[in-house]
Order: sequence, then structure tokens, then C-alpha cells
Amino acid sequence: MNSIKNRIKYFVENFYLVLIMVFLYAPIATLMVLSFSGSKSRTQWGGFTLRWYLEMFESATIMNALQNTLVIAFASALIAAVIGTAAAIAINSMKPIPRTIIMGITNIPMLNADIVTGISLMLAFIAFGISLGFKTILIAHITFNIPYVILSVSPKLKQTNKSVYEAAMDLGAAPVYAFFKVVFPDILPGVLSGFLLAFTMSLDDFIITHFTKGAGINTLSTLIYSEVRRGIKPSMYALSTLIFVVVLALLIITNFAPHRSKEQ
Amino acid sequence: MSKKLLSGPYLVWMAGFTVIPLLLIVYYGLTDRTGAFTLANVVSIATAEHSKALWLSLGLSFVSTLICLALAYPLAMILRKRGVGRGSFVVFIFILPMWMNFLLRTLAWQTLLERNGVINGILTALHLPPQTLINTSGAIILGMVYNFLPFMVLPIYNVLCKIDDNTINAAQDLGANFWQTLTRVWFPLSVPGIISGITMVFVPALTTFVISNLLGGSKILLIGNVIEQEFTRGSNWHLGSGLSLVLMVFILASMALIAKYDKNGEGTAF
Amino acid sequence: MESLIDLINISKSFDGTLVLDDLNLSVKENTFVTLLGPSGCGKTTTLRIIGGFERADAGKVIFDGQDISNLPPNKRQLNTVFQKYALFTHMNIAENIAFGLKIKNKPKTYIQDKIKYALKLVNLDGYENRSVDSLSGGQQQRIAIARAIVNEPRVLLLDEPLGALDLKLRQDMQYELIRLKNELGITFIYVTHDQEEALTMSDTIVVMNQGYIQQMGTPEQIYNEPENAFVADFIGESNIVHGTMIRDELVEIFGARFPCVDKGFGTNAPVDVVIRPEDIDLVSPEEGTLKGICTHLIFKGVHYEMEVTTPDGFEWLVHSTDMCPVGKEVGIHVDPFDIQIMNKPESEDEEAVGVNE
Repeated sequence: MNSIKNRIKYFVENFYLVLIMVFLYAPIATLMVLSFSGSKSRTQWGGFTLRWYLEMFESATIMNALQNTLVIAFASALIAAVIGTAAAIAINSMKPIPRTIIMGITNIPMLNADIVTGISLMLAFIAFGISLGFKTILIAHITFNIPYVILSVSPKLKQTNKSVYEAAMDLGAAPVYAFFKVVFPDILPGVLSGFLLAFTMSLDDFIITHFTKGAGINTLSTLIYSEVRRGIKPSMYALSTLIFVVVLALLIITNFAPHRSKEQ
Repeated sequence: MSKKLLSGPYLVWMAGFTVIPLLLIVYYGLTDRTGAFTLANVVSIATAEHSKALWLSLGLSFVSTLICLALAYPLAMILRKRGVGRGSFVVFIFILPMWMNFLLRTLAWQTLLERNGVINGILTALHLPPQTLINTSGAIILGMVYNFLPFMVLPIYNVLCKIDDNTINAAQDLGANFWQTLTRVWFPLSVPGIISGITMVFVPALTTFVISNLLGGSKILLIGNVIEQEFTRGSNWHLGSGLSLVLMVFILASMALIAKYDKNGEGTAF
Repeated sequence: MESLIDLINISKSFDGTLVLDDLNLSVKENTFVTLLGPSGCGKTTTLRIIGGFERADAGKVIFDGQDISNLPPNKRQLNTVFQKYALFTHMNIAENIAFGLKIKNKPKTYIQDKIKYALKLVNLDGYENRSVDSLSGGQQQRIAIARAIVNEPRVLLLDEPLGALDLKLRQDMQYELIRLKNELGITFIYVTHDQEEALTMSDTIVVMNQGYIQQMGTPEQIYNEPENAFVADFIGESNIVHGTMIRDELVEIFGARFPCVDKGFGTNAPVDVVIRPEDIDLVSPEEGTLKGICTHLIFKGVHYEMEVTTPDGFEWLVHSTDMCPVGKEVGIHVDPFDIQIMNKPESEDEEAVGVNE
């Protein structure tokens, strides 16, 4: 009797999981399927084709936007990683009150609505006299990336054993040398995951980029937005499929590869 | 002592690109084009057009948040049971969509909901009448739930995982049935995650303009649309900032909620 | 006395590994029963099956004559004290203790009285409004006990409750538990891997290994009359040697013949012999049944611990208040009553773990 009740429970749970999974992936799957369809119609299959992928790669606008997106993501994540790691180390050794204040301000970009962050940055750039363009997008991305880096590195810092650092100095290492040889390798996983998180956040951003880009430059997100408002181009589907596959690969690598190496 | 130097670049950056920009919004919001102090921008939230947008945004985001919560809590409980020990692959599957570009995810629903979109295509093939699915409030709610559901699931999942099996066993041992265990033990212990999840859904939902643009057409204006238009098409930044200040009230309220209920960041998604 | 709980032919596997193999156990009312054994022997699984948190793959659980095998935990008349206390961190102490009573819809005054009574019983008067976090490990442990007993269960299940406490606190809590058992008059089923704990508190000890019950008896029986090498080695320290039963009441060890009191093992039969270190008398070489040289000496306060190596190479562990310096030749004498004969192990689970051979 008990086991029948358990089996029903198991079945219902699985059913719910599948239901939600279908809800989450059906739209994405639809896009992927349509990206290979020869006809522009969304209801009729037009034969398998890679035409939209070719169109995508041949489009200068798309490739430009792709390049912008990747460069900005990489650069902003890198700079954020440096500034953020340094900040995390400093914050870790602060007294409680300054630490709470700074951590509070750090949380602002994450808890704030993107639209407010975007608008505020736009106003600031204009007030500072910086013309909107590549530079401003980069600065904006660095700004919202740094908190993610800090939040990834801080826990690792808390976990590091202070005695290890002191042991290194006891054995004759200068503080900077001791840091790089002993502490940094320990927090490196946090720095890396912070970098990857920042990279992904940057890739995904639309709203903040929308306000800080000015005219004449596009990232993938802003390009998609402007194209979509004009009407669907199937090359957008191809683009989406590609992005999905790349992000999936990135996440699999970061989430599952480190675990394997840990076990070894 | 050199550690303080390390925080230097960050402090300068924060001051310049987080604090000052926010102060600028306050400045623009409280002044008019001549630079004189005025409350007109903020008060204009009360105009028919703006208040309609605000109430609509509040209503839609409230409903979406509730739906997300109702869907996410059971999901998180099931994942907690299943997700252990296999590198949380099952959990990964449900969080993965969160990392997909959110414009594309919204675009995907447009494809499904359009008048000659996929869903109507399937309906016609089954000889059923096509429905007007897009450009409705329902479509926007659907878009919000779809986009923000993972943000509700993760914090709740994280907080549920911290609940020891034996705590639940203890409740059952003391006589509690399923509902009693749910209300007296599960829910109270998952409050930090629930609050965190609600905030991570409500705030973006309240302030969105993309979802209403893509799935609501130009007929449905949310407060996010109003503000965005003031900055891109109109150039009344003062009005836009003033309206943003009103929005900030809700945002600050949710920040305060998190500070009160989730001090230790137990419910954070990362 | 009829038994209160019967486990009949219980088997349980986890992930393909057999954890309990056809277990049969009877627990009499009002006794303190300890399930004792090393990690993985199945004792906690047995407890959880009694409590209802695991369902056996085969077999039945009978409580007071009724089959409760399929009854969920919240309907069983027992309460559990969990290993890491499992207190509700979102409630204060009073609410924790009151939890079970509120489920049963007891009146408010009744609950308040019970809380006071329970706190007094565990020597934590006045702690009603404290938070769980503000309590030390030992205090949390006592609250966990209070929370369980306040529901007046007929049986209290305890899963290694003292494991996380330091030595002195553990010893104090052991006496507390005995006192509680006497005051409440209920049945205690206790799980531990610590044999001293088991010996101190129990009326009955059930020694388990690899899913089987190795021996069940009073502490004295388990200690003085172990039935196989595993039990002998697990409880207390012992010397376990190979011997030959020449005939009833005479055993030969390393060529020397020791009169003993055990019968029925046959003639010239190979057996295992257990002699506790404190039962070995050190005498002059001429008076000893075996002769050897003292190879090791440590002062342990309560006694000296010595190792005496006999010519065959065996190192006898000896506890004595008499001291024998290292290098001195000495004789070994054992009273017949202190020699325990056991059958050779018939399977792996009966073998001693880390035997002093």
C-alpha cells in the first residue's frame, strides 16, 4: 500500500518536472527547428536548409555586432575580475562597519532594476562629457560586472586559512610573493567563476547596453531588438540557436569539468 | 596597509559609476529644464496615462510573481530530492534557460503566440479556431513568468537544500502530517529564499519594457515603456527621472525586505 | 514479560548492498536496549525502520501486537532523538518542545505545564524563550530529548545522541539518560558505536556486525562471555588466541594446558580463546602456566599496561596494578573462570576486527 502511494507520488513528480521542462524548452526548441526551415513561414516546414546560417555569417551588421559583444564581454569581465578581486581582498580585511557599507553599495547594481542602472549611467556619461559609444558600453558592463566578481571571490577568501599565508611569510616570503604563491591559487576558482559569471552577464545584457550605446553601434542583443521590431528575419533564429549552443557548451564546461578534475 | 590601496580603484569606480549616476537621477527627477527645483516630475505619476501604466505594471508583475512562486516552490522541492549526488544535473537543466539571452527567449514566445505563429498553426491544423494570443496582458504575464521563473527557483532551491532531512523527520516523528510539516517547518525555514526569489522576479517584472514591447505590441504600455520612451524618443529626461524615482520606492522597499529577511544572503542565487 | 517491539525477518538493501540480513529482534517493555556495533553494521538502519523513516524490503515490525510496518512515522507511538538534534531553528525552545503537543491540539495550559516539566527534567529551567542558536551542543541535546519525551511515547529511540559532545559532557549525559529512563519508566532503544557507553547504560546490549546480530545479552554477559571473536574484540580489550580444546574444562594454548570452565566444545577441537587483560596475573616464571618476557610498559594511572611476549611470538596485553619492568622474565597465570572459549568464526562478520594476535 505504501509503495503504491510512493510510486504514484514519484510519477506525479516526474510529470510535473516534464511539464515545466516542456514549458521552458519548447520556445527554444521551436526557434532551433525554425532556424533550419527553408520557408519564412512559422507554421510550415520548408525543407532543411543552412541558408539562414550562411546569411547570418555573411551579414556585416550581424558579424559586427557579434564582434562587439564578444570583445566587450571579454574585456569587461577581465577588467572587472582584476578590480573586483582586489576589492574583495580589501573588503575581506575591513572592519565590520565599512565592510557593510561597501557591500551594501556593491549590491546596488544587482538589486536595482536594469532600467534605472541604464538611465543613470546614460545621464552620468553625458554629464561627464563622455560621448556614447563603445567606450561607454564597456564602462557600463564593467560597472555591473564587478559586484558579481566580488560575490564570487569573497566566499573563497573567507574559506582560506589565514595561517597558510602567515606560514609562507614565516618561511621567508615577502607579503606580495606570499600572496601570489599561496593565497591567490586558493581563491583562483572564485576569480575564475566570477570572470565567467561576468562574461555571461555581459553577453546577456540588453537594457543597460540599450541606454549607454548611443547610435551607430550594436551588440547582439540590441541588434536583435531592432530587427525584431521590424519583423522576423530567420537569420535571427540561426543566431539564437548558435548562441544557445555556445552558452550551453560554456556552462557544461564550467559546471562539470572542474568537478571531474577535483575527483582526480 | 597596502590592502586599503587595493580597494582604491573599486571605490573610485563605484563612486563615479554607481553612486553619482544615482544621484543624477535624483537631481534630474527633482528639477525642470531650467534647473529649478520642482516636484512636477514625480507628481506626474498621478496623471491618468502614467498611473494607468503604473497600476497595470504593478498588477501584471504581482500576478506573474505569484505564478512564479506557485510553480517554483514545488519544483524546488522536487529538485531538492532529485538533484543530490549527480552533480546536480537535473537542477542544471532547469537553470540553463536563465543563461539564454532574454531577448531571444521573449522572441521565442512571439514566434509561438503570433497570429500566424506556431501555436495558431497547430490549432488550425487541428481545425480549431486561431486565437488572439499576442498583444494581450496574458501574453505579457506569460513572458514574465517564462523569463523570470528560474530566478525564483534558484534561491528557493538553495535554501531548501540547507534544510536537513532529519529536521523534517523530526517533525514527522512528532506527529506532523504532510500539510503540517509544509506549513510549520518547510515554509518558515525557506523564507529567506522566498523573499529573495520574489524580489528577483518582482523588480525586473515591474520595470520591464522589452516584454511589453515584444509581446504586448504598442497598445499595452507599462511604466517601463513610459520611462524608456522619455529617454529615447521624447527628450524629457526630467520627467523620465521623476518617474524613475517613483519606481525606486518599490525597488528600495524590496531591498529593505531582503535586508530584513535574508541577512546572510542564504537565498542568493549564486 | 511480553515484548513490546518485535522485528521479524527484516531485510534491507541500499544501492544493491545488503545492510540488514534477516534480522530478528525483540525488545521488552521498560528496558534500556542498546544496538552496538561499528559503522555500517546496520544499527542506525534498524532504528530508522522502527521509527518509520525507512521501510524494510522484507519482514515486519510489530508494536504491542500490531503490525506497524506500513505506518508512517507521524502515526507511530514512538519518538526519536536525532544524532544532530534536528531542532527547529526558526522556533524558540518552548515552541520546539511544544511542537508535538500542538499537533495533537492539546490545550494551552496543558502545553505550558508540560514545557515547564520537560525543561525541569533536563535541568534547563527557564530556557523557554531562548533561541536554538544560543544553546551549546549539550544543551541542544537535552532540548531534543525534552521535545521527544514531552509527547509521552512508550518508546524513545536515540540515534547516537552523544556523538558530538566532549568526553566529560558525554559521561554526564549518560547518567542523565539513565536517570530519565528510571523516572519516566519507558523503553529506550539506543544506538551507539561506543562500547563503554553501551556497558554503562544498558539493560540489554545487542551487538551487531554486517547486518547480523552477533550476540544479545546483559552487559556482564557480553563482556564476560563473548560468543565469538568479533564480540570479544569489540567490547573491551582482549587477548584472542587460537587454542585446542583437549576435552571439557581443559584447553591447550601455545603448548601449555589451562584448566577452564567451559564444556561442550568437543575433544581436540580448534577453538578461539578470550582472556581479558585485567584477568592475567603476573607471577614468577616458575609459577606461571606460560613464561614470557615483558616487552612493553606504560603507566595508565588506573593500572599499568604491559605486553608480555611468550616464546611463540604472541604479545599478551596485560592490565595490572603490579608493575613488571621491561626485559624481565615473568610467568602468566589465569584463573579457570576467566578463560572464555568460543567457536571459531563461521563467517566474516564473526571475525574480530583488528585482533591482537
